Amino acid sequence: MAAVETGAQPASKVEVRPRGVSRREQWQRRLPLLPALIYVVVVTQIPFVVTLWYSFQNYFFDVPGGAHFNGFSNYTTVFTNAGFRGSLLRSVFMTATAVIVAMILGVAFAVLLDRKFLGRGVVRTLIITPFLVMPAAAALVWASPMLDPNFGLVNYLLEPFGVHHVAWLSQYPLVSVIAVMIWQWTPFMTLIVLAGLQSQPADTLEAAKVDGAGALATFRELTLPHLRPYIELGILLGSIYLVNAFDAVRLMTNGGPGTATTNLPFYLYQQVNYAFDVGGAAALGVVTVILTIIVATFALRMFARVFQFQEA
Amino acid sequence: MSSFRFRLRAFGAVAGVAALLALAACSSGGTSSSSGKASSSGTVTVAVVSNPLITGQMIPLTTSSFEKQYPGITVKFATYTEGDLRAAIEKDVSTHSNAFNVIMIGPYETPLFAKNGWLTDLSTQFIASDPAYDAGDLLPPIAKALSYKGDLYAVPFYGESSMMFYNKTLFAKAHLTMPQHPTWAQVQGFAAKLNQPGKVSGICLRGLAGWGDNMAALDTVVNTFGGQWFDMNWKPQLTSPAFEQATNFYVNLVRKYGEPGASNDSFNQLLTLYGQGKCAMWYDATVAATSIAGSFPSVFAQTGYAFAPVNRTKSSGWLWTWSLGIPQGTANAGAAWKFVSWATSKQYDSLVASKYGWSAVPPGTRTSLYSNPSYLSAAKAFAPITIASIDSVDPTHPTLNPVPYVGIQYVDIPQFESLGLTVAQQIAGAIAGTESVSQALQASQSAAAAYTPAQLSGG
Repeated sequence: MAAVETGAQPASKVEVRPRGVSRREQWQRRLPLLPALIYVVVVTQIPFVVTLWYSFQNYFFDVPGGAHFNGFSNYTTVFTNAGFRGSLLRSVFMTATAVIVAMILGVAFAVLLDRKFLGRGVVRTLIITPFLVMPAAAALVWASPMLDPNFGLVNYLLEPFGVHHVAWLSQYPLVSVIAVMIWQWTPFMTLIVLAGLQSQPADTLEAAKVDGAGALATFRELTLPHLRPYIELGILLGSIYLVNAFDAVRLMTNGGPGTATTNLPFYLYQQVNYAFDVGGAAALGVVTVILTIIVATFALRMFARVFQFQEA
Repeated sequence: MSSFRFRLRAFGAVAGVAALLALAACSSGGTSSSSGKASSSGTVTVAVVSNPLITGQMIPLTTSSFEKQYPGITVKFATYTEGDLRAAIEKDVSTHSNAFNVIMIGPYETPLFAKNGWLTDLSTQFIASDPAYDAGDLLPPIAKALSYKGDLYAVPFYGESSMMFYNKTLFAKAHLTMPQHPTWAQVQGFAAKLNQPGKVSGICLRGLAGWGDNMAALDTVVNTFGGQWFDMNWKPQLTSPAFEQATNFYVNLVRKYGEPGASNDSFNQLLTLYGQGKCAMWYDATVAATSIAGSFPSVFAQTGYAFAPVNRTKSSGWLWTWSLGIPQGTANAGAAWKFVSWATSKQYDSLVASKYGWSAVPPGTRTSLYSNPSYLSAAKAFAPITIASIDSVDPTHPTLNPVPYVGIQYVDIPQFESLGLTVAQQIAGAIAGTESVSQALQASQSAAAAYTPAQLSGG
């Protein structure tokens, strides 16, 4: 808490307007930004207000008669619904697991890629490739050619090791989906950490060597603290994207079997597209936004504190 | 200082993404088409299900024949899987977006949509002034299923009941004989003997979550075991002994002797599996025979057919028909009817026959097809059992005891769209083994109990 306040204080005191810039000039500078700002407001904030309005309506697509006001009953439903709680927990679990594992792999790959070896360019390109594949295409490729119980490549490759016709998407649905997320996001983590590694001053490492530090100690005591902001950035960005993961869930398992892989975005999608419950889905959306903001605030405060320590 | 700015920016990003997430749910894909009078030309957008008879025949024939015959009409197709098709259509017609001029629906949607005033009355609007269409030739159970207050609101592209397909070679090797009217107990016995894990599954069954997917097959089992969705007072019966016994039977059958990964399989996946000889038996739609004949000739030669297996009732086949309807108030309704009548006509059947052979003709819609000697000789293996199955269904008396609803593999109420999917997901979970059958049915029962009898009965 204290860390945040001290972090915020100087900012509030700083005069943003540079001296000698008139109001007119200020507007001249802002003007080119306005179209983008208006666009952002139109495509995010107005729909959000509409969502807010719908969240207090009873409106089903398949019931004729349109929308009518029903107070907070959509919100009551959201909080008493086991489906919502389940998908919320699954979202948290999927995101956390995928981001952490992708980060560990990312650090490992980055450290390997940081060394000079023959064919490094080729290897680097290959490692980055999964991130360049469209998420929907990747999900489809994983769902059938790779993980199909009868015709899939994974089972074919594992057959010599005694694995027979495992129905990955039925028996291990959550693991399969998370594995694809990790596969897709490891390259991103690798790239960010690699950038961090390459910005590490060579003289520090040299000094450590002169002082007789081993490779492991150098990594733990020097490289890792240096990488910390990069890792944090990677985790933050990865979480923001993966908490919204939809493609893999929709195309690999369709949220199933049962509700085994239904995360929050997919649950929302289902409420509209299969249950046709516009009001309930809108309420869900609003609750999701509030929860996300709360979580994000806490996460960012934690980061702010971490940075404070860094500076101290 | 730097941490603060970073914080703000990241905060903005999180909030923005969260807002978008909420919105994604509300952005329906309905783009309204330009209005126009009921002319017989223009663009006709058709929403269809991606089944073989549509993607393999209807769509190419539309380009090669229909658009040549009617140069003023351009037909655009939007193909979806079954569940997505329902979502797209429901949104389109209920919001009157009219992105689609023609929609592919079935006996579940047609009466409900017609009651809501969402569909064009085809009988009075078009069929009355188009005697060449010969609506009297449509199979009576099919025509009845697509009617509301005596008028047709959709016309059938193909019709189906359900039946058992089996591999005669495998049966002969194991010295087994499939009776014409098997019981589920016999089928279980065959499946146990024929199942060779990793090579051939004893029986292939639908497991994919969807009321038109796994629930279609399971509902027929429930019906013949004497179960029902609701009693006469609209009290849900999903945890009744008969429902539970039937579900346990189905789930155990597919878990023990079914194809691996069953919870992701529906008609199209099973067609491929069966066509590749990976199923000793397959219980599914009668229309599959047409696709097996067309796509997998070697397996077709070994295929035997039996009626839908029973337990306590005499017959248990379902009734479905993928049909074409025209939303109320759509543009180019005249052109839309031109397309609808072409795709469901006798002439279309002859056209398919000349291109793909008589056995590939869409089955189960017209009486005349079943007295056509060329069709009967090409499809002699499966045509008689298909027509007998369709004739034996009674959607108003689907199970042992009286029920307040219409529908064999569905309950014809608006809430079933959502309830059916919820239950289907629970069953798919039980098939995958993520929960037990009784847990799945408990959850289903409480989902059904969330509606009051008054809501369900439409009172």
